[in-house]
Amino acid sequence: MSDPILTLAGVHTNIAQYHILQGVDLVVPRAQVTMLLGRNGVGKTTTLRTVMGHWRASGGTITLDGMDITQLPTSAIARMGVGYVPENMGIFSDLTVEENMVLAACRGKPDPARLDWLFTVFPPLKTFWRGQAGTLSGGQKQMLSIARAMIEERRLYLIDEPTKGLAPAIIATMARALRELKDQGSSLLLVEQNFAVARALGDAAVVMDDGRVIWAGEMAELARDAGLQERLMGLNVQAEG
Amino acid sequence: MIVKLLSGDLPRSTVLAVILGLVFIALAFAPFLFPGVRSVDTAARICVFIVLVASYDLMLGYGGIVSFAHTMFFGMGAYGVALSSTNMGRGWDAMLTGSLTGALAAAALAFLIGLFSLRVRAIFFAMITLAVASAVAVLVSQLSSITGGEDGLTYLIPRELTPAFRFGDSFLGANLNGRLLAYYLVFSGALLLFLILLRVVNSPFGRVLQAIRENDFRAEAVGFRVVAYRTGATCISAAVAALAGSLYAIWLRYVGPDTVLSFDIMIDILLMVVIGGMGTMYGAVIGATLLVLAQNYLQGIMGTASRAVEGLPILPDLLDPDRWLLWLGVLFVLSIYFFPTGVVGRLRMQR
Repeated sequence: MSDPILTLAGVHTNIAQYHILQGVDLVVPRAQVTMLLGRNGVGKTTTLRTVMGHWRASGGTITLDGMDITQLPTSAIARMGVGYVPENMGIFSDLTVEENMVLAACRGKPDPARLDWLFTVFPPLKTFWRGQAGTLSGGQKQMLSIARAMIEERRLYLIDEPTKGLAPAIIATMARALRELKDQGSSLLLVEQNFAVARALGDAAVVMDDGRVIWAGEMAELARDAGLQERLMGLNVQAEG
Repeated sequence: MIVKLLSGDLPRSTVLAVILGLVFIALAFAPFLFPGVRSVDTAARICVFIVLVASYDLMLGYGGIVSFAHTMFFGMGAYGVALSSTNMGRGWDAMLTGSLTGALAAAALAFLIGLFSLRVRAIFFAMITLAVASAVAVLVSQLSSITGGEDGLTYLIPRELTPAFRFGDSFLGANLNGRLLAYYLVFSGALLLFLILLRVVNSPFGRVLQAIRENDFRAEAVGFRVVAYRTGATCISAAVAALAGSLYAIWLRYVGPDTVLSFDIMIDILLMVVIGGMGTMYGAVIGATLLVLAQNYLQGIMGTASRAVEGLPILPDLLDPDRWLLWLGVLFVLSIYFFPTGVVGRLRMQR
């Protein structure tokens, strides 16, 4: 756990009159996949959005790579190398697939080798390269959304529910892509409702409830202990032998 | 060549391409195809409004920014030419100085308004533009010693652009005089500005604007400073609107609050954008052409129609030329109903 890439210390977030995050303490280790788990509405998405500066933290500090980013504007955080994938296929539907990808490359032009790699991971992107992103299917939109974050090597990837509402075959594609990212030694913070995917990908796990982190540890430990899962998340899945 | 001139943004519909081609030919050869003071005046108006509407669409259609100050920027360009021509005397230098000063002043004011209000919600920006535009309109009518107040200003433009300057007899029914040159100055100025706007919206800058319009947080999360982009779009839009105003002032040789600053023009611009189709520069061409033609000729057509149905019950009354605004309203409602994405949006869908 030494030298984490991202640290949240006592982060509070208020949205209108609601106090959503109530002192979140969270550590994302470098070069690992951290799964952010919990029931619906416990503040997982809000946590990612607070890190991105969309919601301003009303208390606490957020540190990226040793630098306090709590008060930085969203665009500056993105340019520091945080690739953010919003939930619900957050693409720019009026633009073409190509334009979506090019916009996301902070350094101007995407690296051709990396683009080729993305085409092998997500073949539909190559097929519909010049097509309007809004006309893609749900799964393809999600691929584009993730590929957009992956177009450059980032310090940290924040990915919000990449498999939500997708067909099993596409979930498998997503999981493969995320695994490749993991194998490259990237640091990821992933919100994931699909426990099978979480179990397969995660190194570390953080469980939230009611705007707080209630458990943090090894993913393997959580995966082994069905009782713990039941207690933390109300899950009732078969635990690994 | 054409693809390059149009910045790769082709009409993407055969019908649309044909219509645009016809409009272009009609405007390019208007003095010869439709000789006559009134028809050439209509053509010049169409040229000016195409640029004005296209510049507004850069803000509304591409940037998703609602502004009610566009007539003000238009007026700044027009008054720039009027004031410089009045104070510096007749000449090309006065015209150029006035146009550039007007454009710079408009961009500077847009920058200030943008900086103060584009951070906040869109509705505040709209309200502030409305307030500033009203204040400027009042100011122009009050400062009568400078602006001529409600009477406006009449001034002289270079002699080469007036009917007194003749360089030959008539050709294909058009008088070869300075008025013809003035028309081509307006036409080529409008064409150049339109192509520049087309270049802007198809540049990476334009793509970022479209991304911001769709979802500003996502655009910010990709790393773009939304306020900077929105302010930039507002400034470019204001400067181009001011230059359109300058062209208009050169053509009319008169400016007054009613001709270049009134809120009616703002409503016309909105109608033209919506009828033509938001978020596409070609929509400005269609919208401006349709509405200017309707404003100039609907009354005449209705007069003819009214006489044709004389003797029948009700119809002559309904078609009375005085009711032209009613029919313009009906046409507007119908066009929204049948073309919710504007004429261009509809034509592109049918492809």
